[in-house]
Amino acid sequence: MIYLQLFLAFLRVGFFSFGGGMAALPLIEKEVVDTYHWLSNGEFLELVTLSELTPGPIGINSATFTGFKVVGVWGSLVATLAFCLPSIFLVSLIFRFLSYFEENVIVQHFLRGLRPAVIALIGIAAYSLAQKGIKDWFAIGLGTVVFILVYYRKKTDPILFLLLSGVAGLIWYGS
Amino acid sequence: MLPLIKREIVEKKKVLTEEEFIEGLSVAQSLPGAIAINTACFVGRKARGIAGTLVSVLGASLPSFLIILFVASFFLQYRHLEAVQNFFRGATPAIVALIIGAVVDIGKSALDDWGDLIIAFILFFITLFFNLHPLWIVLIGGMLGVLRRK
Repeated sequence: MIYLQLFLAFLRVGFFSFGGGMAALPLIEKEVVDTYHWLSNGEFLELVTLSELTPGPIGINSATFTGFKVVGVWGSLVATLAFCLPSIFLVSLIFRFLSYFEENVIVQHFLRGLRPAVIALIGIAAYSLAQKGIKDWFAIGLGTVVFILVYYRKKTDPILFLLLSGVAGLIWYGS
Repeated sequence: MLPLIKREIVEKKKVLTEEEFIEGLSVAQSLPGAIAINTACFVGRKARGIAGTLVSVLGASLPSFLIILFVASFFLQYRHLEAVQNFFRGATPAIVALIIGAVVDIGKSALDDWGDLIIAFILFFITLFFNLHPLWIVLIGGMLGVLRRK
C-alpha cells in the first residue's frame, strides 16, 4: 500500500512539475509533507538544502530521499521510477508528432500560460520555506545578506553562499 | 549542465546534430519533469528508439539516485545532532534567498506582460488562501493562457 502511495505521489509530481526544480517544490511539499506526512517540516527543509548541495534534479533527489526514509531502498526505487515515468511517456508520445506539438496553437498557448503559474509556484515555495525555517532576527538578517550577495554577485556559485550561511548558523546557534 | 549534455551528445558522440539537439531541448523544457531526464528521453529515442529512451533515463538518473541514497543513509542517522541542526538552521535563510532571487529574475522577464504578473499574484494568493493542490495552479495557468489568446 505504501508503495502504491509513493508511486502515485511522485507520478503526480512528475506530471505537473513544469518550469524546473524550484517550481516543483510546492508540489513535492504538498504530497510529502501535507498529504502523507512522510517528512516533517524540518526534514523537508533539510531535503531542499541537501538537494541544492548535491548534483541532480530536485525531483529525483526528493523521490529517492523520501522513498528511502519511508521504506528503504525499494521505496526510493519505486518513487524515483514514478517521477521519471511521465517524462518517458510524454516524450515517447510526442516524439512522433513533434512538428504538430510545436505548431499547435492551443498547446503553445497552454505552455505560454504556464509562465505566471511558474512565478506563482516559485513564490509559494519561497513563502512556505520562509514560514517554516526563518524564525528569528538572525535568520532574517542572514537571508537578507545572502539575497544581496547572490543578486549582485551572479558569477559566484550560490552553493558557496549556502555553505557559508550554514557555517554561520553553526557558529551563531552553537554558541 | 546543458553545455555538458551538448558536448557529449553533439560533439563527442554525434548522436544528434546541433539542430536536432536544440529542437529536443526546447521540447524537453516545455514538458513536465526534470529537464535532464526529458533531454535524456529525447536523445535516447532519437538514437535507439524506446530501448534507447530507457537506457538514457537510467543513465541520467542513476548518479543522483546513488548520491542521495548514500547521503540519506548517513543523514537520517545524524540529523538529530545539534551541530547538524544548527548548520541547516543557518542554511535555510540562504535557500529562501536563492528562491526569492529566482522569483525576482523570472518576474522581471515577465514585466513585458502585466497580465502575466497579475495572474501570478492571483494564483499565489488563492493557492495559499484556499490551500489548493499546486497542480491546480498549473492547470488554471495553462487554461488561462489558452483563453486569453483565443
